[in-house]
Amino acid sequence: MSVQLWTWILVGITFALYFGIAIWARAGSTKEFYVAGGGVSPLANGMATAADWMSAASFISMAGIISFAGYDGSVYLMGWTGGYVLLALLLAPYLRKFGKFTVPDFIGDRYYSNTARTVAVICALIVSFTYVAGQMRGVGIVFSQFLQVEITTGVIIGMAVVLVFAFLGGMKGITYTQVAQYCVLIFAFMVPAIFISIQMTGNIIPQIGMGSRVEDGTFLLEKLDNLHTQLGFKEYTEGTKSTWDVFAITLALMAGTAGLPHVIVRFFTVPNVKDARKSAGLALLLIAILYTTAPAVSVFARTNLIETVSDQEYTSLPEWFKNWENMGLIAWSDKNEDGKIQYVNGDATTGKPEFTEARGASGERLIANASTETNELYVDRDIMVLANPEIAQLPSWVIALVAAGGLAAALSTAAGLLLVISTSVSHDLIKKQLKPNISEKGELLAARLSILVAIIVAGLFGIYPPGFVAAVVALAFGLAAASFFPAIVLGIFDKRMNKQGAISGMIVGTVLMLFYMIRFKTGLIGVLEPLPASEWWFGTSPEGFGTFAMLINVVISITISRLTPAPPKDVQEIVERIRIPSGAGEAQHH
Amino acid sequence: MTKPDKSEAYWRENKKYLAILLSIWFVVSFGCGILFKDLLNRYSLGGFKLGFWFAQQGSIYVFVVLIFVYVWLMNRLDKKYGYNE
Repeated sequence: MSVQLWTWILVGITFALYFGIAIWARAGSTKEFYVAGGGVSPLANGMATAADWMSAASFISMAGIISFAGYDGSVYLMGWTGGYVLLALLLAPYLRKFGKFTVPDFIGDRYYSNTARTVAVICALIVSFTYVAGQMRGVGIVFSQFLQVEITTGVIIGMAVVLVFAFLGGMKGITYTQVAQYCVLIFAFMVPAIFISIQMTGNIIPQIGMGSRVEDGTFLLEKLDNLHTQLGFKEYTEGTKSTWDVFAITLALMAGTAGLPHVIVRFFTVPNVKDARKSAGLALLLIAILYTTAPAVSVFARTNLIETVSDQEYTSLPEWFKNWENMGLIAWSDKNEDGKIQYVNGDATTGKPEFTEARGASGERLIANASTETNELYVDRDIMVLANPEIAQLPSWVIALVAAGGLAAALSTAAGLLLVISTSVSHDLIKKQLKPNISEKGELLAARLSILVAIIVAGLFGIYPPGFVAAVVALAFGLAAASFFPAIVLGIFDKRMNKQGAISGMIVGTVLMLFYMIRFKTGLIGVLEPLPASEWWFGTSPEGFGTFAMLINVVISITISRLTPAPPKDVQEIVERIRIPSGAGEAQHH
Repeated sequence: MTKPDKSEAYWRENKKYLAILLSIWFVVSFGCGILFKDLLNRYSLGGFKLGFWFAQQGSIYVFVVLIFVYVWLMNRLDKKYGYNE
């Protein structure tokens, strides 16, 4: 059977499964809609959290990015897993005990202020929209590359599917679909990784295969380091970023992960504090399966790529090379006219390749913007995971599986984010501020309508991606780190923290982060071009600046809170109550 | 113990656990994987340079273990103070 037929079959089966679950798990009350009734088992919640967390970026892009970044890619591996330790130890149990529906709920009640609640809602909306746009785009790309439909059609199919299970089931529908999506995505990620590990190192476990010997008796990583040195790249296991920047980015990603509203809200769905702790552990365990396999995939893919293409005749290259070239994700320009691929350090093109209609002497697609550097090959990072099974010549059902897995990853994350957006609007804005006496039925309707609007907006972002999407993904983490994370942690661990301190901290942290991001990622402030790395404050990249903004937030919050009156007695009692784990069951009913 | 004393003692022990566990969290990731990576890279673990292994594998394994140790410690603490349900 062809790859395309296999892909249709696997995507069809998994989608039918998601629909089935959505119909089975319809939500009848706001509590079911927002937190799945608060009765999800720790294992199911762990799986749902893992699927929620692992997005199209984790599934498709991460291994590819690491493949090209080597050691520098560690920031994502440590950052996106280490954040769960913070979440499990500093946030999840206490927020569960607090027992409301959303992060703005906690901020609003703990800081006895609707201003604080509104600031939190705005941060939650910015973070979630930034993130969801990338997911819908991911759905479109998977559809267009595996099933040869237009990206737009792909995005619309994706929107329709998410709509069904999010609109009908709310958190309840989303939770149980995410459980299924976790199974699909982890299976789809592991199967090719295991196949390739056996092929290259004879070891069935990719995590061990990565550190094993290859056929010629050398260690795989040693061999890759040597290949890199020969071609003029920095050794794979060494980095090019400064130690401070790696430190700052990792910390920003960790704090950001722990502060992301769609992740935090998952811990409101389990029955009690004990289960919230356990569930965080299970979630990280399930996430770690993918996150420890990804760097192995990166090493396999990188070695395979170099060995397959470097110094080879273009005409003798395998079929996949030409397929991806036709899709515009690989480009080769024969600068020294020898018909062979020279793949060395340096940019082959200036920016993304611009293809002309013509073909060159070897039959390659000609590009208009070749650079003057020696390197002749451009490879889009995203294809490392998508093309890996083809490069390793795996059976067609394995290649098709990757498509189904990519869709599961993108859809599960999109659904979780859309729910946060709709909850922020229907619960935090309408119920808590604009129309407090709205009926249960009215609120449920408002929640469903806002999810509908959110899906349409997200879909439009996916069809017409604004240029700033790529630049602002790091912003989502930076913002979560600079706004929510300190406000929540201080709200639990510092009884003296009051509204003046927390609000000024959140505002300064957020504004500082936005300013730095806009200044260094776009040319909107001051100069026309984004400022170069030499202008970075203390050598901190925009990706790592969240760490800096977070520290400023903490300093300002603590200073201002000590200069202003202590929070009222009843708020101090809330803090004392959430520190004690028992009695979370009743706290749910409010 | 009176009620406030009991909850304060519980909170103190909780904070002690957090301090220990978060120190380990910091040492394996920021310490072994980042700050002392070059030093550790002189040693190897199978085919891995040790610092690189911590950054891309080891720290993640330790994170998982840390959370489960935390779960176990807290369940024990809850029982000791009668906060288990």
